[in-house]
Order: sequence, then C-alpha cells, then structure tokens
Amino acid sequence: MTLADLKKGDRVRIEAIHTAEASVQRLMIMGFVEGAELTFVGASLGGDPLEFLLYGSAVSLRQADARNFEVGSRPFDG
Amino acid sequence: MAKLSTIRVPVERVTMARKVTIALVGNPNSGKSTVFNRLTGLRQKTANFPGVTVEKRIGKLTLDGVVMDLVDLPGTYSLSANSADERIAVDVLLGRVAGTPAPNVILAVIDATRLYQGLYLLQQLAELGRPMVIALTMTDAAIRKNIRVDTAALSRRLGNIPACTIVATTGSGMTRLRELVGQAVSNHSAQARSFWPELRHAAETLRGELQDTALSLVEIERALIDADSNAIQMLQDSLGDLAGQRISVLRQTLCGDQPPLAVEARQRYEWIRQTLPIVQTQSSVTARWGSKLGSWLNQPYPATALFLVVMATVFQAVFAWATPAMDLINTGTSAFGAWLEAGLPPGMFTSLLVDGVIAGVGSVIIFLPQIIILFLFIIVMEDTGYLARAAFLVDRAMRSVGLSGQSVIPLLSGFACAVPAIMATRVIPNRRDRIATIIAAPFMTCSARLPVYALLIAAFVPSRSLGFMNLQGLVMFGLYMLGIVGGVGTALLLKRSALRGPTPTFILALPDFHLPNLRTVLMKLLDRARIFLRRAGTVIFAVAVVVWALAYFPRSDLIETERLNAQTQAAATYDGDALKQAAAQIDNEAAAAHLSQSWLGRAGQAVEPLFVPLGWDWRISAAVIAGFPAREVVVAVLGTIYAVGAAADEASLADRLRVATWPDGQLVFTLPMVLGLLVFYAWCLQCAATIAVIKRETNGWGWPLFAWSYMTGLGYLGALLVFQIGSA
Repeated sequence: MTLADLKKGDRVRIEAIHTAEASVQRLMIMGFVEGAELTFVGASLGGDPLEFLLYGSAVSLRQADARNFEVGSRPFDG
Repeated sequence: MAKLSTIRVPVERVTMARKVTIALVGNPNSGKSTVFNRLTGLRQKTANFPGVTVEKRIGKLTLDGVVMDLVDLPGTYSLSANSADERIAVDVLLGRVAGTPAPNVILAVIDATRLYQGLYLLQQLAELGRPMVIALTMTDAAIRKNIRVDTAALSRRLGNIPACTIVATTGSGMTRLRELVGQAVSNHSAQARSFWPELRHAAETLRGELQDTALSLVEIERALIDADSNAIQMLQDSLGDLAGQRISVLRQTLCGDQPPLAVEARQRYEWIRQTLPIVQTQSSVTARWGSKLGSWLNQPYPATALFLVVMATVFQAVFAWATPAMDLINTGTSAFGAWLEAGLPPGMFTSLLVDGVIAGVGSVIIFLPQIIILFLFIIVMEDTGYLARAAFLVDRAMRSVGLSGQSVIPLLSGFACAVPAIMATRVIPNRRDRIATIIAAPFMTCSARLPVYALLIAAFVPSRSLGFMNLQGLVMFGLYMLGIVGGVGTALLLKRSALRGPTPTFILALPDFHLPNLRTVLMKLLDRARIFLRRAGTVIFAVAVVVWALAYFPRSDLIETERLNAQTQAAATYDGDALKQAAAQIDNEAAAAHLSQSWLGRAGQAVEPLFVPLGWDWRISAAVIAGFPAREVVVAVLGTIYAVGAAADEASLADRLRVATWPDGQLVFTLPMVLGLLVFYAWCLQCAATIAVIKRETNGWGWPLFAWSYMTGLGYLGALLVFQIGSA
C-alpha cells in the first residue's frame, strides 16, 4: 500500500521510500521519511493532488509522487 | 535543474563591508515578512537580486544606536536549493551573492506549530557556525493547538543558540528579540556544531586536500550532498579531475548507493524525532469551531463554491468599486488639461503639456484604482494562506492545459489587468510554468480592452435578440472566450515547444487560514503600487510623449491659416450657439487635417497597404499605431481623426464611423472588418506597461519582444481571416 491508496482520514506510518526521484527527495526534506506518521486529509477536485497532515503541517503532493511512499496502516491510538 | 546565472564573487571580497548585516531566514509562510516589518518599519526597500527575478527586501534596523542592514531572504526548507528563490537564500547565507555581504548574524524565524520541519533548517543553520538567534512565531496559534515549546530546551538542544517566542501580529516578544539580536551582533565567537558528524568528518578530510581554503566546511558538505551545488565547480577548480572522483568516493562511504539527499533527510529527521518530545509538548486538541469550518471548506465542493465566491468578489471590486475613483481621475485630468489650455497661449508647448504630458500621466493613473484593488486582493489571498488553497483546488484542471495550480490566480487577475497578473506569477516555483503563465496572461480580456469593444460593438453589431441572449452580448462573450483560447492555446504551445520539460511536481505546504496582518498587507501594497508607477508609469509616459510628438509634427501653417480664415468667416455668418457649434466643427476639422499630415498620419498612410487586406484604411492604421502605449487610446485617436474631437461622446463617434468611406465611396466599417478589428484587439499586445513588466519579471528583452511580435502577429492573422472569409 502507498500514500496514493489511502481513504480519507487514514492514519499511517511510512515504511519504505523509492528515493530515486528528485521530487521524492524534496518531500523527504519536508519530513516524509521512514517512521514518520501522517494523516490523509483528502484529495482535491478530480482526485488529485492529495493533502496530508504531517506533525501539524498540511502538505499537498500529486498522486505520481505519493506512489513512491510505502505505508503501513497504523490505527489511531487514542 | 537549469544553472542559475547569479553573479558570484569570492567570499573574502564581500565580507569586507564593515556594516553589520543580519539575514532573516526561515521556512515559507513562517511569518518572516511580519517580523521583518516589525523590525524595520517603513525603512525598507525592494529590488531584485542581481541577475535573477528574486525579490531582495532590505531594511534598516537600529540597535543601541547602531544602524544595521536586515535582509529578508526567500523562504526555504533546507540548504539544498530547489528554485531560484531558494538558491538565493542559500547563496546569501554562504556569502556568495554580489552586493550582499555574508550575514554577521542569522535570525531564524520558525513557525512554532511546524517545529518538525523547522528543526531541519535549524540544524543546517546552526552548522554554519555564525552568531544566530531563533524567533518562534505563530505562538498564538500554537497555544490554540495546545502546543507548548520549551525555548530553553530548544536552545540547549541546538548548542545554546538563544531563542525567544514572539507574536508578530501584536508585537509581543519583539523587545526580547531585539535584545537577543543585539547580543548576537557583539558575539564574535560562535561555535561550529554538527548534527551529522560523519558528514562533517568527510568535509574536513576533503578540505585538508585543498590548496586554497576559500570554501567553508558547510559549502564542502553541500558539494558532497547536492548534485547541483555551486561548490562542486569550485572543488573542480581546486582539485581538477580528481574532484569528481573524491566526491564520489566520499559519497559512497557516507551514503552507499542511496541518494545523498535522502540519507541526509533520514539522518536529520532521526535527530528531530528524538528532539521533538524534549522541546515541545502537545496535549490533546479539541477541534475548535474555526478549524472545523476550515476543514469543511477544504473539501472539494465547498472549496469550489468558496473559490467562485472569492473570484466573483474580486471582479465586482475591480470593476464596480474602482469606477468612482476612475471617473474622478478622468474628470480631474480632463478638467486640469482644459484649465491649462484655457490659461496658456495656444501652441506647441501647451499641446505638449495638455495632450502629451497630462494625457500621458492620466493614462497611467486612470488604471491605478483597479490595479491597487487587484493587488490588495492578491496580497490578502497570499497573506491569509488562501492562494495555496486555491492552487491546490484547481491544480488538476490547470494541469490539463499544461500549467499548474499556482497559475490560476495570475491568469484570472489578467481579466482586470495584465500588470498585477504578471507580477503575481512569482508564486509559481517552476520557471517554465511561470514564463508560460506570463505569456498567457496578457491574452485575458483586461479592462483597457473594454472601451474599444464597447465602441465597436455598440456601433456595428445589431442589437438582435437570440433566444435568451443578445447578439451584442454574444459577441462580447465571444471576445472573452477568444482571449481565453488564445492564452491557454499559447501556454500549451509553449509547454510543448520552447518550454518543454518534465512535469513539475506540486509539492506545496498548505498553510492554515489566518487573518491577514494589516501592516504586512499595507506595506506590500505600497511596494507593489510603487513598482507599478515606477516601471510601467515611466514607460507609458515616455511612449505617450513620443506618440504625441508623432501626432503633432510637422505642423502645417497652411492648415492653421485656413482654420483662422474659416473661423473669421463663421464669426461673420453665425452667432450664439450656432457659432459655437460651427467654431468647434472647424477646430475638429483642422485637428483632423493636422493629424492626417503629421508623422503619425503619414505612418498610417505608409503602412496602409499592409492593413488593406484586413479592410483597414490609413486612419485605422494610424489609430492602431497610436494605441501602442495603451490600447484604450485608440478611441480618442479615432475621435480626432474623424474630426469629432478627441473627447467626443461614443454616440457621435459611432455615427461618424458608420459613414466613413474609402475614396471610392465604399463603407470602411463593414461587419467583417469590425469583427476582424475586434479579433485584433482581443489578441494584440497594445500595452507598454505589460511589456515593461514582462521585461522586469523575465529579466530581459527576449520574452517581451516575443510576446509583442507573437500577439501582434496572431491578432493580424485573426483579423485577416475574419475579414477575408467574411467579405468573400
């Protein structure tokens, strides 16, 4: 499962990243690294781009980039 | 990424300046501008950094009676530059930008609600080993989110870098911040730290192999990590062919076969995940009413509705609210001109003053109300964080025409005026997208096209009802569509040819909605208005005076003599209102005769053969030439040429146009010719202000010259096709 396959409100942890693309490395600088936990807020008009909430910051990225992030589901513990 | 042509100078030369420079640096949307305004007040100016279209905001800051320079650097997430803006921020920090000395003190502005990302930049800044102060902003928002930051712990964790919290909107904490900056200025011995010792060690190893030591450790580190670092070139100068080999060996040791940037991110975020619980505590948040509304409005359909309401308000404001001010300016300048004309002896000087200078200045400031209102909306949208939301919303739709979400506000602004639209393209990070948007924006039907459209449609398109629409309205709608099709088509064409490249990403931080800061908004507005008046104003003014001279010279004594004779004759024949009317008619005829033998008239006659295939006679050709500085001028010139006076009301000019004929008696203004003329005005770039702004925003004459020739050519072809097909 990748960041592009989530349902609205899903909370997940990044497990592996395909790091080859420069845009993926940009996202890593913004905190999309292995072990980071984030929430899928929702998709924009037409299903793309996607919005994620990452430790208080909302970040948007396109599906093509989201596919490079493998995630494991991590149910909200609270 | 394309090589950016910043002028670089050796680091020793720029640090010579004795004046203290403080660099303001932080993530985008961290509230840097508000801190900058708080610290400098009105003592600031904006220019471009040399060789790039990146805004350089520099202000004066007085601490203990000493005046220092405060430079507001473009927002960045890291020292790995990814755009021209970020490249400048990094180069200034490393002391590699001509005209901007390496900062003596770094003032890092960090959003307290986004410490996770802020700590990345903080590590890198701390490694520079310069005196530094951390200002935590958005602390009011942090309190609302139940986030508590322990500044003392943060300071310790980063190696005793002083930190304080501020609320930039109210100014609380600013006194403490000034104190800390003052202490940092007198502190010359900042210690170098490293949060990734292996990298620092590799950089030290490499520096030991270098002959000259102009490169700092951080620059060598950037060369080891970033593929497009400037320092790589300097390493090659020093080590020759060996440089590439040494870099790849050290990279291999540090990173294995993973991209160095990815390894750096993992390394630094591991430290951040350990640090975050030490420096910040967050108790559970109960969703507030405001944030619930915010997240509802961020869903696709409510967001679309909000977008439409916002844009409708902008257009209502630009067109309706600006009208009283524009009327006032219009009446004011004409009255002032008339008053001067009445008080001064007739002649060249008076004509220059009234028809050249005052009319020229008038044509600049008449659009100022609309431009200021449009700027105000764009700045407020930017300051509240709405701009990013709007870009997120329409990104998918814009991508289908080869652009990205950030192009939408500039393009929509183009419907009011291309000048603010083009200046608003700086939010587009990708250069190719930005140029495509700049070239597409002048196609949108701006308010200066409306007088021309109104005159020609009212005079020549029959007011026939077609179902629920009127034919006149339909033509107007068609002209708007023509502009959109022209602009979008051009953008698509450019993105497939000259501006071809990989699809840029859409990585964008979506800031929380927050109320605009009045101070920041007003200062930006003042700045934008100043840039418009200086850049566009001077060009329009100069061109207006040149066009005046073309229309005035050479002066024919014969026409003057005839005019005076006719006036004497009229005085003997008529009296009362009839005399007034006859005298005005004689003056108008004389003005038309003067114009026809002026350089402008002769130019119109000279280029007439070029425009005959479009159905234009020399009069229209001359009016189109005169409209070069500002397209709405064409109405006044047609008024003069057709001897109804420059300030004639539309109806009498329309009456005159309807009966204008070629020498052989055929009507000039046929429907195909008028439709062709309208197409020409929909597509041509008759606006010196736009050309001046394209030059400023693309940093050269290439794109403005292309835009002008391309749009004029396209307008010509369109008019030719419409006229030829319509007349066949």
